[in-house]
Amino acid sequence: MTEPNTARPMVRMAAVDKFFGPLHVLKEITLDVPQGQVVVVLGPSGSGKSTLCRAINRLEPIDSGLIEVDGRPLPAEGKELARLRAEVGMVFQSFNLFAHKTILENVTLAPIRVRKQPAAEARTTALELLERVGITSQADKYPAQLSGGQQQRAAIARALAMRPKVMLFDEPTSALDPEMVQEVLDVMTGLAAEGMTMLVVTHEMGFARKAAHRVIFMSDGEVVEDSTPEEFFTAPKSGRAKDFLGKILTH
Amino acid sequence: MNVIIDNFPLYVSGFLQTLRICAFAAIGALLIGTVIAGFRVSPVPPLRWVGTAWVTVFRNCPLTVVLFFCAFGLPEIGVNGAYFWFGVTGLVLYTSAFVCEAVRSGINSVPAGQAEAARAVGLTFSQSLSSVVLPQALRTVVPPLGSVIIAMIKNSAIAGAFGIGGDLFAVGDTLTSARGEAALPVLIGVVVGYLVITIPSGLGLAWLERKVAIAR
Repeated sequence: MTEPNTARPMVRMAAVDKFFGPLHVLKEITLDVPQGQVVVVLGPSGSGKSTLCRAINRLEPIDSGLIEVDGRPLPAEGKELARLRAEVGMVFQSFNLFAHKTILENVTLAPIRVRKQPAAEARTTALELLERVGITSQADKYPAQLSGGQQQRAAIARALAMRPKVMLFDEPTSALDPEMVQEVLDVMTGLAAEGMTMLVVTHEMGFARKAAHRVIFMSDGEVVEDSTPEEFFTAPKSGRAKDFLGKILTH
Repeated sequence: MNVIIDNFPLYVSGFLQTLRICAFAAIGALLIGTVIAGFRVSPVPPLRWVGTAWVTVFRNCPLTVVLFFCAFGLPEIGVNGAYFWFGVTGLVLYTSAFVCEAVRSGINSVPAGQAEAARAVGLTFSQSLSSVVLPQALRTVVPPLGSVIIAMIKNSAIAGAFGIGGDLFAVGDTLTSARGEAALPVLIGVVVGYLVITIPSGLGLAWLERKVAIAR
């Protein structure tokens, strides 16, 4: 595993606030993710970690503060925002593969429509990516015909097809049957080892220990701890983190 | 029943005229209705306002009033043309409001995650609508759209009465009023003419529904 090489933040959040009605879901979040770093965001449900992840490509608009991706502030809704989103890969808890398109078409859609790649070139790249995530044989099937683990790997391939600068994972294994979790985590670990900048919201402590450079622990909309995995799992500083780890590590 | 056989060529020309009106009106209403549905779900507020206003006006006005406006109001404000096109325009405007609402219900039936994923890979709103959301929406929308189009076919009789002339309804009117034929057999011929259009339309829609069904 390589340590992040530069100090240039790929993602920068400064004093970000977000409300759902009266609920303050993100409280003055300030966070830099340097290029090449793998950040795992942990926290109890309702702590705001998914909202944090979705705010980075503006699937959740924020109420105040600043978010930059690769030095550029997030644009408002429109073509500029679409261009920025094309450079930020996103993997969802419920896969969200396009139900009416084959796996191959899922992967080639954005390169063809957004990047204006020739169909043949997009297809070649897509097949390479599908091979990399181990589902080449499923290329011509529809999402509903695949297992959850295969669908999530297809979704990762779809995101990678845009050659993103950063990948966001919003609980990528939470909707999977237990025996399919590992195949998805293996793909993610591979990406991390190749130096992809990643922000991963997850409950997979094994992945956090093994692949993360950094662990962020959130609770009640705040970043409570920001440390290395070793430090976080062996010597959490806050009571809330100790309480959280006590609940999940005992069983 | 001799009146039908004796006037068969007249019935056929009426049938073809009704078919022509319906074909143009259906294409126009489906296109405009789908575009207006896109307006109604757009992130741009002025487009949403236009969409809402469109539906509010044309869904809540009686068809006869819309047709009156097209047939007699448009010429007054300087729009000139054949009554055929005025009639078709009236049908298109009126029907598009219902098409819009049917398509919008289809758009709302597509899981939100589909549009989110489309936006997340960099598609613009109109690209995500045309490549991801609408193709899935149209599948669930075939049955209600079918009802809207069949209602439109029947409404073409009203458009026919507004000076288009020559359609099935006008044929019935000519035979009974102008030539004094007995109403019952004449109207049976008219009804058969409409059924020849509407029943195959219904069967075609059922076929289309099966063909575009998707596994989820």
